[in-house]
Amino acid sequence: MFSTVTRALAALIIATSAVSAAEETHQQITDYAFPFEGPFGTYDQNQLQRGLKVYTEVCSACHGLKFVPIRTLSDEGGPGFSDEQVSAYAEQIEVYREDEETGEYDYFTAGVTDHFPEVRSVGAPDLSLMAKARAGFHGPANLGLNQLINGIGGPEYIASLLTGYTGEEKEEAGTVLYENTAYPGGWIAMAPPLYDESVIFDDGSPDDLESASQDVAAFLMWTAEPKLAARKQMGLTAIVLLALLSGLLYLTNKRIWAPVKRRKDS
Amino acid sequence: MAGIPHDHYEPTSAAEKWVERRIPIIGLIYNTMMIPTPRNLNWMWIWGIVLTFTLILQIATGIVLVMHYTPHVSSAFASVEHIMRNVNGGWALRYIHANGASLFFVAVYAHIFRNLYYGSYKAPREITWIIGLVIYLLMMGTAFMGYVLPWGQMSFWGATVITGLFGAIPWIGEGLQAWLLGGPAVDNATLNRFFSLHYLMPFLILGLTVVHIWSFHSTGNNNPTGVEVRRTSKVEAEKDTLPFWPYFVIKDAFALAVILLVFFAIVGFMPNYLGHPDNYIEANALATPAHIVPEWYFLPFYAILRAFTADVWVVIAADWITGGIVNAKFFGVIAMFSAIVVMALAPWLDTSSVRSGRYRPMFKWWFGLLIVDFVLLTWLGSMPAEEPWASIALVASAYWFGYFLVILPLLGIFEKPLPRPATIEEDFAAHYGDAGDATGMRLPGEKAGTPAE
Repeated sequence: MFSTVTRALAALIIATSAVSAAEETHQQITDYAFPFEGPFGTYDQNQLQRGLKVYTEVCSACHGLKFVPIRTLSDEGGPGFSDEQVSAYAEQIEVYREDEETGEYDYFTAGVTDHFPEVRSVGAPDLSLMAKARAGFHGPANLGLNQLINGIGGPEYIASLLTGYTGEEKEEAGTVLYENTAYPGGWIAMAPPLYDESVIFDDGSPDDLESASQDVAAFLMWTAEPKLAARKQMGLTAIVLLALLSGLLYLTNKRIWAPVKRRKDS
Repeated sequence: MAGIPHDHYEPTSAAEKWVERRIPIIGLIYNTMMIPTPRNLNWMWIWGIVLTFTLILQIATGIVLVMHYTPHVSSAFASVEHIMRNVNGGWALRYIHANGASLFFVAVYAHIFRNLYYGSYKAPREITWIIGLVIYLLMMGTAFMGYVLPWGQMSFWGATVITGLFGAIPWIGEGLQAWLLGGPAVDNATLNRFFSLHYLMPFLILGLTVVHIWSFHSTGNNNPTGVEVRRTSKVEAEKDTLPFWPYFVIKDAFALAVILLVFFAIVGFMPNYLGHPDNYIEANALATPAHIVPEWYFLPFYAILRAFTADVWVVIAADWITGGIVNAKFFGVIAMFSAIVVMALAPWLDTSSVRSGRYRPMFKWWFGLLIVDFVLLTWLGSMPAEEPWASIALVASAYWFGYFLVILPLLGIFEKPLPRPATIEEDFAAHYGDAGDATGMRLPGEKAGTPAE
């Protein structure tokens, strides 16, 4: 028992250094600044529109967004397309679904009420919720407190992954793996999907790898959390109203107790 | 009620008399709201109201969420996303409900440790205490099953690990586990029964809450001095107490508003902070997450579960004595459940004649250490099960049991308690001046005590 106690005490002392050591070997996630961070941050419409373009031209070749209805592209707080633009966008997409009349499954031109298509390629995960599923920044000491400062870390992970290829390749059991500094384990099966000038934006926005990666990461944050603006609005309203209510109740409480707590010096 | 002499409800109008002759419900409500409450209660006595409010909040939001949720493995995850995207205000309902569980546990832990410090579990409030712990166990069951419903990766694997604990019980374990799951593994049958029970158990909690309130309304509240309200005459009782309405209702409402402010800041600005990111990945029986971590409120007991590994001498001894029946896995399960059961025994393990920790100079330190221990265990539960955390967790687990089984019984023998005030009135007057007497004044320069309200 005594040896266990001493072992534990020794462990407590080296614990702190062990944590920092563990974090050093961790994935390298760049803390990109996104406009939707912080209590008042909201999505940048233009960035979401650019992100959709990157997604459509690159990611959607393999990945899906099966939880995202196409119509939400015109929702408030999102990319802010007009209804006509959303209809036009839907017409370019084919979805595999049940025919409402014959009951048979087939490919159809999507309507705005359809969801984005599902995954098209084996092994490619659905991206609808990826920005929330890859939330990170667990330090310090596994408390996750740096999330409060740096944001949830999911979009940062996505952008870091897209820019994190080192160019090294290796073949393992017939699969080519690509070295990536952001990916857990360091080797990913996805080939580098995005390069400088992969996607050209109509408005002349920067089309380098770093910018395009952030744009698509922001777009995927929107697909994961489309009601972000409404949520922050609710939070703010609730805080203001509850602060007011707390103030009134504080005064009421003081007034009610005053005769009971009567004292000469106050 | 409470054996504390006080004015009872007398119907005055004809309508009141008509109702009261048929069912004395107005009197019941009146006596409940006007219960004489020790006037020296401090801010740690607000958690009961917070808990009651949270229970109602969880039931209300939960009932609406059920209207849009589909309890089937093929569409549970998608139906949660449907709530988040297509249901009006659905995202708010879900985030409030998910974070409401955390609020519930913050409040219940504060409530439990308040009781442990002020000796509220001691005679004659043992039954109130034990009912409270039963409510706490039901809360844990409800929260655990609720976490399974979104059918994410942590839902699935958490359910697999936790039901696996029952599988560790010798002889009947495997059968019991299969019976709980409704099959050999976590699947649709599991999801359906968890959904059913997740809906049922809050109402059991609600019923037990009524019994909990009834029982402490029979004994009267404890208070920071641990000195009982004088029951010798109504005049004396009134000097020790104030009616619950309006004094404590308004005080509790103020505290609740402040707590909700923090709560809505979390819901509004960081709703996923307390959840696990992996639960945004749909359940997949073929892909095990790197670390399976339970929700934060289970972490202290999860740490105790994992602390007793096969290389700990008590575990080796138990294994040897029982001829392998109590192996390391089963020992951990026993330890985890015992950690809660041992709290229920506190009324009989605590041998001190003094109720409140305020007048127990040695107890204060050991209790402080217990709080540190609990926080430490919570943190250790989130760390991977490897050195150095495993050794620290073992010592921390040992202290948890040591506090209840060794320290509490011994303190009553060795500790010399400090003098206590004779009455609640005296304690209150020491802080705020004599309430009933207008001439009760302080000496010049005498400072008011900390506002215990």
